[in-house]
This record gives sequence, C-alpha cells and structure tokens, in this order.
Amino acid sequence: MIYQGKQKIWQDYQKEIPDDHWFYVRSCIRQNFFPGSERMFLEICRNRLGKDFYETEHHTTCGGIAYHCDTLPQETAMTIVARQFALMTEAGYKNYVASCITSFGNYSEIMETWREFPELETRIREMLWKACRKEFQVPEHLAHSSDLIYKFRNQIAEKAEFHLVNKETGEPLRVVEHIGCHYAKMFPSKGIGGAEYPYVLAGMIESWGGEVIDYPERRHCCGYGFRQYHVKANRGYSLSNTYKKFESMEPYKPDMIITNCPGCPYFLDRWQYVIAETEGKTYGQNGFGIPVLTYEEVAGLVLGYDPWDLGLQLHQVAVEPLLDKIGIEYRPEDKYKGLNKKDILRPGLPEHMKCF
Amino acid sequence: MSIFGFKISPSSAINLSELDTRRWDELCRKAPDARRCMACGSCSATCPAAQFSGMSLRKVLLDLQRGREKEAYRMMSNCMLCGKCLMVCPRGINTRELILKISQIYKEEDR
Repeated sequence: MIYQGKQKIWQDYQKEIPDDHWFYVRSCIRQNFFPGSERMFLEICRNRLGKDFYETEHHTTCGGIAYHCDTLPQETAMTIVARQFALMTEAGYKNYVASCITSFGNYSEIMETWREFPELETRIREMLWKACRKEFQVPEHLAHSSDLIYKFRNQIAEKAEFHLVNKETGEPLRVVEHIGCHYAKMFPSKGIGGAEYPYVLAGMIESWGGEVIDYPERRHCCGYGFRQYHVKANRGYSLSNTYKKFESMEPYKPDMIITNCPGCPYFLDRWQYVIAETEGKTYGQNGFGIPVLTYEEVAGLVLGYDPWDLGLQLHQVAVEPLLDKIGIEYRPEDKYKGLNKKDILRPGLPEHMKCF
Repeated sequence: MSIFGFKISPSSAINLSELDTRRWDELCRKAPDARRCMACGSCSATCPAAQFSGMSLRKVLLDLQRGREKEAYRMMSNCMLCGKCLMVCPRGINTRELILKISQIYKEEDR
C-alpha cells in the first residue's frame, strides 16, 4: 500500500483532543494503589505545561465498578454520570477528562447510548432534576488522561531529564505497554489507534526513548475483569489470566511495564507476588519482578521527580533495579518516609521475590 | 509456599503446530465417517451413559482432533455400544463402528 493511503487509514484511528481547559475527574481506586499518579498528572499539566485543569471535591464515583459487577442498573449509572456532567457545566467547562479507564468506557457508553436513544437522555435529565435539582450539558470532548499525556508527550520529552535508555549499555529499555480493556475495546473510535492498533502508550514510550515489545498476548486482559476478581471463587481465573500474560512476555525480557488503567498496574504488580509465592517463579532479572508503572509515574521519572514523591514505594515489585538502569538517583533510606519525612513503617518482605 | 485460597488454572491452550496427527489420520483412513461429523450433538443428547459418566461422542471426536487422546480414550471407555447414537445421527454415521475403530487404534498404542 502506498504511503499516502496508509496515512489516510491511520487518520481514521485518531481522535480530536483539545489542547487546554479540561474538567478533571479522579478514579475511585487509583489514589489507594498508586497515590502519586493523579497528583503527578495535575502537576505536569498545570505547573510544567501551564494548562488549565479544574477538579472539584464534589465529584463522586461514576458507578462503573458496580455497573460492571452487575450490581446496579445502567439508568442509575447514567444519573450518577449526569451529575458529574452537571458539575462540569456549573464550573463552565466543556472538555471532560477521566483518570480511570472504566470511567472513560462508562462515559463513552452512556454518551453513545444517549446519542442513539435521546428519549433516555431526557428521562435521565428528569431523574437528575428530581434527585438534586441539577442540569447538565453533554461534554464536547471526552478524553482519558493518558490521551492528554500522549498529546503532550513530545513537550514532556523536550523537558526530560532522563530517557528510557539503559545508562550502562545505551540501549533503549524494553517496555511492555498494557492498555486497559475499557479504553478502546468497547468503542474503538474513542481511543487513539482504535482497538486494533492502540498507540496511546506506545507513542509515549517511543517519544521518551524506549522500545515497545510486541508479544503474543499483548492485548490480553490483565486478569482483573471485575467479577473475576471481586468474587473470590473466580479469583484463580483472574490470576491465571495474568500468569498467561507473564508467560507470554517472559522470553522478550522486558525491563518494565507501562499501563493506563487503575486495575491493570495493580494486578500485574500484585499477582507477580502471588505467582512467586505459589509457583516460586519470578519474571524479572536476578530474582526480582518486572516493575509495573503507570504512565504518569513514568512521565514523572522522565521529568526528574523524586521516585519516592511519585509513590513508587507502594509498588509490590521493587523499582530500584529499573531506577539504576535509567540512572535515576534515589535515597534508599527515604523509601519508607512519608510526608515531612514521617516514618510510614516497612512492609513484610516476600519469601520468593526479591524486594527492598 | 503460601496458600491464598485460589491458584493458577492449568492452561487449556493447544499448539496445533506441535500436534501429532498420525493416529487421527489413521482413524480417518479406516473409518472415513470421522470426518463427516458436523458436531451437532444429537449423539451426546441421546446417549444413555452421558448422564452417569459424561460420555459424549462429539467431545471424543473434538478431543482426538485436538490431540487430547488420553482424555478422549478415557471418556470412550464409558460407551456401552447400545447404538442409540447410530439411530439419531443426521449424517448417517456408523457411530458404533467408529467407536470400535477408535478403541482399536488408540488401544494399540497402549493408551
């Protein structure tokens, strides 16, 4: 196929992302798992790039977890989402950016449903008015926060203090990118690169100097799958999915994994501990695991922020070998120091996976 | 090793490029009916042994094609050769002959 033809087809896989003025909504669970990520997103966008990002303390859950666990009907989720849109409208914004992949999928699904069935949107407007006397405008643009970091990736690369390159050998780091299922598998046109060629994380890795690994189970689910994990009887299924992914990526010797979903980094990180404890197997080098980072944490590292300010001490898999490879300096004695150097206590160490 | 109350399930993946099809090819030579099955499941639905033992001729044929010979032969041993499947097969497959040929071919290999 000629180059222009390829370019034209690739254009169909792009989405319009405005440059500025966003209403930002946080995830329910990310702040517990990876507490530095969302703060770093706002820090980069507001302070490093000078963009206008607004968030409000009145924002609540989008209802996505309960919706995907089949514990609440879609109309309820729609009314919750309508309230979030009302908060955006009250604040005077038209662009809505979600930190959570499931929220992003939930918003996409609801906006698409309202487009197909306008009478349902009218009913939800009535329900929202009866419940809390609020009115809303549907966002003009909906994005996931990784879309924005993708958009700003080259600006971040210009300001970068470190690159995803092995300091000793000069070779690019071998990076696995894992994209949350709800990003583009439900509505391919809403994601950069669609469901077939999602480029959102690969673009960041390439801009920041890394090498993307293509491996057989690259698009396989991380294993979270809501009911697979939340119902304990199904938890082995969740673990088996993750195991399948690690077995598939192992021969390619990845240095790190980057994800853009709240659940994926958690499960890819924590299940490595469970696999090590039950099977005695680790996937990193020298008995360590493969570090799993969110894209905001990687952006923060690239921009030269302190790893412990990014919350990397809360990862199960030790990140120190990765920091050494890139050449990022850190103080090991500060790893378990919280805000104002408060001691946050050391966790117990796993038996079969090396950690610090 | 720690006990979490759940564990990794064994993989059910089948690598078709590593499959040994010699016995399956032999079966198809001796009983060409094996290739005529369209997996409708009529045989499994009428099988009187099914509800007691999980016997299913459809599954036996699928397992043999996928290289799961031990599992297929173990399931086959539950057949009572009553011939009900022969009566209901819409493709007119001589299922009894097929089952006997499977027993012969796969038994020869001490399975």
